Amino acid sequence: MIDTPLLEVRGVSIRFGGVQALRNVDLGVRAGEVVALAGDNGAGKSTLIKIVSGVYTPTAGEVRLRGEPLVAGDPQAVRARGIETIYQDLALADNLDVGSNIFLGREPMRRLLGMPVIDRARMRAVAGEVLQQLDIHVPEHRLAGPVRMLSGGQRQAIAIGRAIWWNAKLLIMDEPTAALGVPEQRSVMALIRRLRDEGVAILLVSHSLHDIFGVADRIVVLRRGELAGERVTAQTDGDEIVRLMVGDTYADTRRAH
Amino acid sequence: MATSSSARLERLALVGRLWPWLFLCALVVFFECWSQLRVGRSFIGSLYNVQAILLAASAPLMLAIGQTFVIVTAGIDLSVGFIMGLAAVCVAQFLGLGGPGGLSLAIALVATIAVCAIPGWINGMLIARLGVPAFIGTLGMYGVARGAGFLAAGSGMTVPVDHAGLAWIGTGWTPVVITGGLLAAMHFVLSQTRFGQYTYAIGGNQQSAARAGIDVRRHLVKVYMLCAAFAACGGILYTARYSAGAANAGESLLLDSIAAVVIGGASLFGGTGNLVGSLIGSLIIAVIQFGLIFIDVNAFWQFIAVGAVIVLSVLIDQAKDKLGAGS
Repeated sequence: MIDTPLLEVRGVSIRFGGVQALRNVDLGVRAGEVVALAGDNGAGKSTLIKIVSGVYTPTAGEVRLRGEPLVAGDPQAVRARGIETIYQDLALADNLDVGSNIFLGREPMRRLLGMPVIDRARMRAVAGEVLQQLDIHVPEHRLAGPVRMLSGGQRQAIAIGRAIWWNAKLLIMDEPTAALGVPEQRSVMALIRRLRDEGVAILLVSHSLHDIFGVADRIVVLRRGELAGERVTAQTDGDEIVRLMVGDTYADTRRAH
Repeated sequence: MATSSSARLERLALVGRLWPWLFLCALVVFFECWSQLRVGRSFIGSLYNVQAILLAASAPLMLAIGQTFVIVTAGIDLSVGFIMGLAAVCVAQFLGLGGPGGLSLAIALVATIAVCAIPGWINGMLIARLGVPAFIGTLGMYGVARGAGFLAAGSGMTVPVDHAGLAWIGTGWTPVVITGGLLAAMHFVLSQTRFGQYTYAIGGNQQSAARAGIDVRRHLVKVYMLCAAFAACGGILYTARYSAGAANAGESLLLDSIAAVVIGGASLFGGTGNLVGSLIGSLIIAVIQFGLIFIDVNAFWQFIAVGAVIVLSVLIDQAKDKLGAGS
């Protein structure tokens, strides 16, 4: 494992009006590593991933990829640098086919009588290729139909496959298993492990301790916008993580702020 | 057992996809039989009848071209009828400016389309930038364009125009050829280009389209401007055909244009539909209207028939969705 982190979040704070949503948070993710971001509702997990993906601009601190600072507040530029975010809603156009979704906004073109037209043959070919690479089997006629017809796990795989196809170095996944049945949760978890083995860095936001302990190498816990702790998965257990997430209630009531 | 039921489902799905074609054929066969039996003449074998049906279809079809793009984005444009009327009056006024001769035809046509693109731009800004629901925004424009059309017409309801070039546009097969050509061009745009692809993506999931880097607001403004431009073309054809512009030229065509798109298989929830469907939808409406007159049924029955077909097409569409979800 390489020691310089691929992604570095340094001293990030953000304030929305009067609310301090994050305070001085540090985080690192190395290539080929799965880091789970855990925390109770409102702990700031979503805010943090939105800062990394360029949606929000932090009030203090910075985010670096391979040592180079990222332009804050520009999601397209962040994506171009190789950070892909897979939101809970997957950001698929359900009425379009697999290929159209993989290339959404970046369609390959060809010339027809001198006019640029969308190269659908290439989109179809890549769709098959991407799914094969992820070991996802979709019958031919389903591949050409709208992705609405596919299962939740297959749709999740398409969103992941799209990110990988566009050469994601860091994959941010927001609750990837929340909407899935048990067998599909397993296949998504297996997919995450395989991507890690291929050297992709993964930042996983999850509520599920089962998922976190199933795939994460390290666990970073946020509580009320602050870093509550960071543990290597092999050296901790569920109880400790839950304690970090909810904190010592007695101590919290004394530390009013 | 399982295979035979899935084969049945697939057959049903095929019928669901092809039903507008089948329905159009059934209508033609029905009127043909009636005509042969009652009057001993062919219905569809008469070039006069074919021309009349295609002319009757081309007016709502022109509006339906733009409306298809709007409906695919999950919007609706209620203002097309009166934008068409505004265009009908504008082209007549522009050609009349400066007495006989007036502006050259090309300038008058471009100016008319440009003037009518303005309400389209406003529609787009209201909906895309200010978040006004399409139904409300374009309902407002329905009123504005209506008033503007009558004001532009001046004292009379209609503005007569005497221009040989414009009259030629409205003569014989020319309106049919123009509408067909524009339809083919826009079919290419919707099915083969990024512009078309983004129109579908926005209709499928606006937020996903935005996350994929598509400038959703800008695209929606363009779509509503496109829709208004086709309404303007409809108005120009009207004035060309009747040698007079009328502010209420498109009043009855608004609902026909929406009906054509819906019968053609588009969902008002967006993301589906295409221009071949809208063409079939326009033809179905035109065949019903002309056919009922042809067999001498009271003209008011045509409204009932078209209304029934709209509801039927939506029911079939919903059944299709259930089939898709179930299989």
